[in-house]
Amino acid sequence: MAPEPFLGDTPRSPVTHHILSVLVENKAGVLSRVAGLFTRRGFNIYSLAVAPADDSQRFSRLTIVINAESAPLEQIVAQLDKLINVVEIKDLSPVEAIERELLLATVAVAEDDRAELLDRVAKAGAAIVDFSSTEATVSMSGTPAAIDSFEASLTERYPSPQIQRTGRIALPRLHPRA
Amino acid sequence: MQITGAQALIKSLEAMGTEVIFGYPGGAILPVYDPIIDSTIRHVLVRHEQGAGHMAEGYAKVTGRPGVAMVTSGPGATNIVTPIGNAYMDSTPLVVITGQVASAAIGTDAFQECDITGITMGITKHNWLIQDVTDIPRVVAEAFYIATTGRPGPVLIDVPKDLTQAMVEWVEPPSFDQLDLPGYRPKTMVDPDAVAEAAALLASARQPVLYVGGGVLNASASDALADLVEMTNAPVVTTLMARGAFPDSHRQHLGMPGMHGNYTAVTAMQKADLLVSLGARFDDRVTGRLDGFAQNAKIIHLDIDPAEQGKVRRPDVSLVGDAKSGIEALVAASQDLVQVDRSEWWTQLDAWRAQFPLVYDDAEAGAKLKPQAIIEALDALTPEDTIVVSGVGQHQMWAAQHWRYEKPYTWVNSGGAGTMGFAVPAAIGAKAAHPSTMVWAIDGDGCFQMTAQELVTARLEQIPIKVAILNNSYLGMVRQWQEMFYDERYSEVFLSPDVPDFVKWAEAMGCVGIRVDAPEEIIPAIEKANSINDRPVVIDFRTDEAEKVFPMVAAGASNDEIMVHPSQQKGI
Repeated sequence: MAPEPFLGDTPRSPVTHHILSVLVENKAGVLSRVAGLFTRRGFNIYSLAVAPADDSQRFSRLTIVINAESAPLEQIVAQLDKLINVVEIKDLSPVEAIERELLLATVAVAEDDRAELLDRVAKAGAAIVDFSSTEATVSMSGTPAAIDSFEASLTERYPSPQIQRTGRIALPRLHPRA
Repeated sequence: MQITGAQALIKSLEAMGTEVIFGYPGGAILPVYDPIIDSTIRHVLVRHEQGAGHMAEGYAKVTGRPGVAMVTSGPGATNIVTPIGNAYMDSTPLVVITGQVASAAIGTDAFQECDITGITMGITKHNWLIQDVTDIPRVVAEAFYIATTGRPGPVLIDVPKDLTQAMVEWVEPPSFDQLDLPGYRPKTMVDPDAVAEAAALLASARQPVLYVGGGVLNASASDALADLVEMTNAPVVTTLMARGAFPDSHRQHLGMPGMHGNYTAVTAMQKADLLVSLGARFDDRVTGRLDGFAQNAKIIHLDIDPAEQGKVRRPDVSLVGDAKSGIEALVAASQDLVQVDRSEWWTQLDAWRAQFPLVYDDAEAGAKLKPQAIIEALDALTPEDTIVVSGVGQHQMWAAQHWRYEKPYTWVNSGGAGTMGFAVPAAIGAKAAHPSTMVWAIDGDGCFQMTAQELVTARLEQIPIKVAILNNSYLGMVRQWQEMFYDERYSEVFLSPDVPDFVKWAEAMGCVGIRVDAPEEIIPAIEKANSINDRPVVIDFRTDEAEKVFPMVAAGASNDEIMVHPSQQKGI
């Protein structure tokens, strides 16, 4: 199987994905090491989010959504763990994790059509964060599924919206489901 | 004490116990070459940076200590990429130092700049671009620690020129247990419960095979392996990377498995009910077509690299740890177990051994030499501890098959990467490590032409290796495939019987050159070579280009479809 491009689409439900929460040493090239490993081993990444993990600036946390069908999960984890700068890997199964994602979208909407956009935004729990006479920018954070459906509701109504998603971040549920 | 970064680098290498650096100077590494004059470390000046890398590999393979190579930036660094990749595939500890352009010039496409840490990211265990001169001793300690512990491998340190010129207060490199590497915790001790399970599985297996790989050599586990073999009465195969890990003369040794393994070793694995993989990794050259490989075998997989577990074949019992502690634990756990009767298995194995020994046709009168006969003569005429180093191709397979290895670390070759040109420089590295041991490179005429210039290094550095070129004027292995699978359409494999003149070439490099055309000249030529100790010797053996390596499992075929020597084929 040919390796997929480094960043593909966010998976739509039903989920076959896994979330790896990876603590790395915040050293030069660490992102490149992780990305290069996925490429050369033929593993697929759906999304990747990176941010500092602590105040000391020593560590960062990568939240990597992977296609668990591109390779056995344990093989991906074992190869990742061999990278010297990878300190800890938590495998979060989607059912045991709280997942969130942020979307920004700019749609073409005339001033007198804003009512309908406001309605869609309100229903989804999103917000309008910027507008001009011909466009509006909306923001939404939520579960990936909620983001999926809001994105669908925008794309079906407004032609060629500019959409930017962050990829998901996740933490374990405090009360795991049975 | 204030010293330069260059001095700190050399002092750090000294502190790590470095005896020899194989290297080549140039602009960006220039500051580091100054303190080498005053260092206790021997520097071997190579003729091409690839040679430096392979020499360091040869040194590492016969000592177990990391080989150290040093080159300049840009083309110096890219020239050593092949040995780094080779060492990565064969789990060889290597510390490569590259000069880099000055920090301020990085990213500007400066003269002789290249992103060598980026280039080697996928073929090093880890690499560093030094960003602060005070980091040098610590990074050198980390480099040696990472290269030599866990699954060994190559590491690279890229040092910008301004940092080697900067002044710094000298601080000794930290000891390994002081290093702060939160993401690196190699697991060496196997899980006792898994060991007990493995020992029980082995004791009850009627048709087991101990499948021994290079990890046994890396972990110095040959003695432990011998104990396990004696205790279990199980047959042993040694892969291309493990030749010498167990004596070929031992009754329970079936020889080498794989694409050019012998019939009994290959077929024993195919028919086994249990494969005990000890420091091996189910390489495609061993397994053949995977879904046809050892289909009825359960798997015990001992490997220090957790990522090898289930990478190719899912184990029934997974043992993560180094081969020595793992095998010793297996021996201890087997102590009180009764091994099942394996006489039927041995009857079968002995029958295969009798029916399908490694054979070749003797040369007819006046015909060209048979390469296998040359290897057997070399083996017979050299001391038992002779180190054999090969290149890649037919000569490598014959050297692996027909030489009888009795001791560990007497066989060095390029296994995973298959790097042509490996033999001459790797032999020089081995001989530099063990000056009083005889070192023979067994090479092909194609391979020899890739790195032969290092014989100049060998002569001038007083490293008198011996080279046997099995010269059939062809790229023999490719020719064999074209004969067998491309309808004898020989495309770009014919070299030349006349050019170069290997004897003259050897002489021009300060070596003794000998040409051998006739069978009766083989022994006198080898004896003459063995008697010369003040300079390298090259023997140009003129061999039969039609000779093929058998047995053979075609690429993509199942190991059940092994092709034995034509004289044995009606026996199947």
